[in-house]
Amino acid sequence: MAEVNKVVVNKTNKSDTKNAIKRFLVDSSVPILFVIVCLLGVYFSKLPMLFIVDTLLSRITRNSFLVLALIIPVIAGLGLNFGIVIGAMAGQFAIIAVKHWGIGGFPGFMVCIAVSTPLAILFGILTAKLLNKTKGQEMISSMIAGFFATGIYQFVLLFLVGTLIPMKDEVLVLTRGIGVTNTIDLSKGGNLTYSLDNLMKLPLFQVLAAVSAFALIIILIDYYLKRKDSREYSYFKLAWRVLLCIGIFAVSWYVVSSKLPVRIVKLPIATTLVILALCFFNSLILRTKLGQDFRTVGQDLHIAKISGINVDKTREIAVVISTLLAAWGQIIFLQNIGTLSTYGSHVQVATFAIAAILLGGASVTKATNGQAILGIILFHTLFIVSPKAGNNLFGEAQIGEFFRAFVAYGVIGVALGLHAWKKTVQTMKKKTGPSAGE
Amino acid sequence: MNGTVKNFINKIGLPRLIISALFIAVCIMAVVLKQDFGLLTSDVIRRFGMFGILALAMIPSIQCGTGPNFALPIGVICGLLGALISIEFGLTSPALGSGFISAILISLPFAVVSGLVYGMLLNKIKGSEMLVATYTGFSIVSFMQIGWVTLPFKHPEMVWPIGKGLRVTVALDSSYGGVLNNFMAFNIGGTKIPTGLLLFFFGSCFIVWLFSRSKAGIALRAAGDNPRFATASGIDVDKNRIIGTVLSTVIGAIGIIVYSQSYGFLSLYLDPLYMAFPAVAAVLIGGASTRKAKISHAIIGVFLFQGILVVALPVANQMFPEGNLSEVLRMIVQNGIILYALTKVGGGA
Repeated sequence: MAEVNKVVVNKTNKSDTKNAIKRFLVDSSVPILFVIVCLLGVYFSKLPMLFIVDTLLSRITRNSFLVLALIIPVIAGLGLNFGIVIGAMAGQFAIIAVKHWGIGGFPGFMVCIAVSTPLAILFGILTAKLLNKTKGQEMISSMIAGFFATGIYQFVLLFLVGTLIPMKDEVLVLTRGIGVTNTIDLSKGGNLTYSLDNLMKLPLFQVLAAVSAFALIIILIDYYLKRKDSREYSYFKLAWRVLLCIGIFAVSWYVVSSKLPVRIVKLPIATTLVILALCFFNSLILRTKLGQDFRTVGQDLHIAKISGINVDKTREIAVVISTLLAAWGQIIFLQNIGTLSTYGSHVQVATFAIAAILLGGASVTKATNGQAILGIILFHTLFIVSPKAGNNLFGEAQIGEFFRAFVAYGVIGVALGLHAWKKTVQTMKKKTGPSAGE
Repeated sequence: MNGTVKNFINKIGLPRLIISALFIAVCIMAVVLKQDFGLLTSDVIRRFGMFGILALAMIPSIQCGTGPNFALPIGVICGLLGALISIEFGLTSPALGSGFISAILISLPFAVVSGLVYGMLLNKIKGSEMLVATYTGFSIVSFMQIGWVTLPFKHPEMVWPIGKGLRVTVALDSSYGGVLNNFMAFNIGGTKIPTGLLLFFFGSCFIVWLFSRSKAGIALRAAGDNPRFATASGIDVDKNRIIGTVLSTVIGAIGIIVYSQSYGFLSLYLDPLYMAFPAVAAVLIGGASTRKAKISHAIIGVFLFQGILVVALPVANQMFPEGNLSEVLRMIVQNGIILYALTKVGGGA
């Protein structure tokens, strides 16, 4: 099959650019639609630019890690991992422990990461065992597993802490001596708030200008080196990348040299670097043997098994990685928020992360770093502007709030439905194919 | 000896066995802790009737092969619409069961139409029904949140006195609240028997049973049991799946109206979001699987599930006066049972 495709691509080399544009438009119809919705929302909300950019930036930096945790299971064919809720719980266990020990600042943050790691690996292995028993129904299983784990989590924190798990803490434990309080303020007693964000902060637009200029140079050098091998290089992609860099550079330059209030917005460098490292990890792992195994398993379980891959083990690794990343992601998320809602912070993690990555154009079988980041930007823009836009348009802020909830659920529903529909069409083709030949 | 034990377990089903054991354990605890049994029994019976029809809605959808109807919120929304409209237009005379009958009648066309559309959708996504159903349900509920604010309801008992939209809970005191529960209700030794509610529930079960004995019902089950065989014997599988979905949606709509009359309120906005899960868990506890279900499964399952929750509540409260152990127990039992059923679906479906 792959060979055939290659030949076809070579033949139609001339109309490649046209096809690429067409494919681009079809593939990214969801993001394009939501870019328009977001722009309309921004326009109608009439919020000051400073507020939008500042809130958006802090939301992007705190949420990206969680969304990027979704990518590996998608590649390994497990679909969208609703089980990141379970990873988030591991992160929260760690935060509660660290609050109890009273370690603050960046050391506190690192202890959180250290404590959450073994927990998350354990939870990940258990989730993976379950998902290996429910092949073909992984997404619903991981979702229900999240609900189930929430029950266990509540049981542990409400009834085992203070009885089986000895813990004496006037702030964290309820007055009766059993159970952890509803909300934990991370900034009191060993300050964890902004423990990662505040390591280093630089003005956003200066950073953007520098980075985009640097990226432009790299892209041009890359083009210069590869210019003869036109089969490998799509001009459309090049144009798109160059335009993007120039656009970002121009905007940032304009902002930096102007006196707009937006120019003071600061970017948490450490958090951003961590997110970039994860992006890098996600793309690097695909080039390893393990990454190839993920892909093979994701494409066809049967073929993977025949070619000697330990399918269950590979899937297990994918789920463990995702759960671990989710645990860390939740810690990054909460150090920015500053309060842990003990029984509520994790509940919507998966729904929002999955909705975000789907808005960015990902699907059940395909997800990239770029889609994740774009999705987060769109999703959070929608979150920030929709109540105000709803208020300005309909005289009711609630409508905007309900609209964004509907978008979150609706986009997941539509994506899952489309995926299932494609799958049915494919199996129908498979079924009718050989029988027609006989 | 070992074989007979295994046979016995297989016949009753592991989940049903565990839950029954749990139920008995909770009951013994209640005796030890000297709980008021009359009150507990009335509560169990009331909740049994209240949730019964919602669980019954799972039966046709499992039988026709679409699996447990995780999109029950669609039916629920239709039922709520029917109830709201009947109150809005004042169709609450005693002849109409104080609005109960009119609510059901009005909700029917909504449920049939949305069931039809949803059934057609399900035919396009065979094999992934459960997941898509869950998110279809979530989407509809969150979409109707906008609906509850913008729909032109005017009745002063239903809308907020200030601002736009319907209230979060609409009291049914002046319409059909408790109309079934109080119909021919009587007391035996401190236990209140809500005759009307039980009659309605068992009546609904009987109608569904009658349907499953009819020619259409047999075709429906054949389509669900073995689609290929059914196609070979000239049964239109897709059509039967739609019929099952419509039935399930309609029963869901009636179910929420019965639920609301017993609860005393219509809960709008986010409340219907997780409505499907207890109902699905109940039939699974009763012994159903995602492919096979009988009406007895719904009856037994609802009784066991609600029984545990009701009896465990005071027991748990006595052991842990603060904190909601009973709610935590519900989450663990409910989702644990659904997970167990999912592991039995079989790979690569």
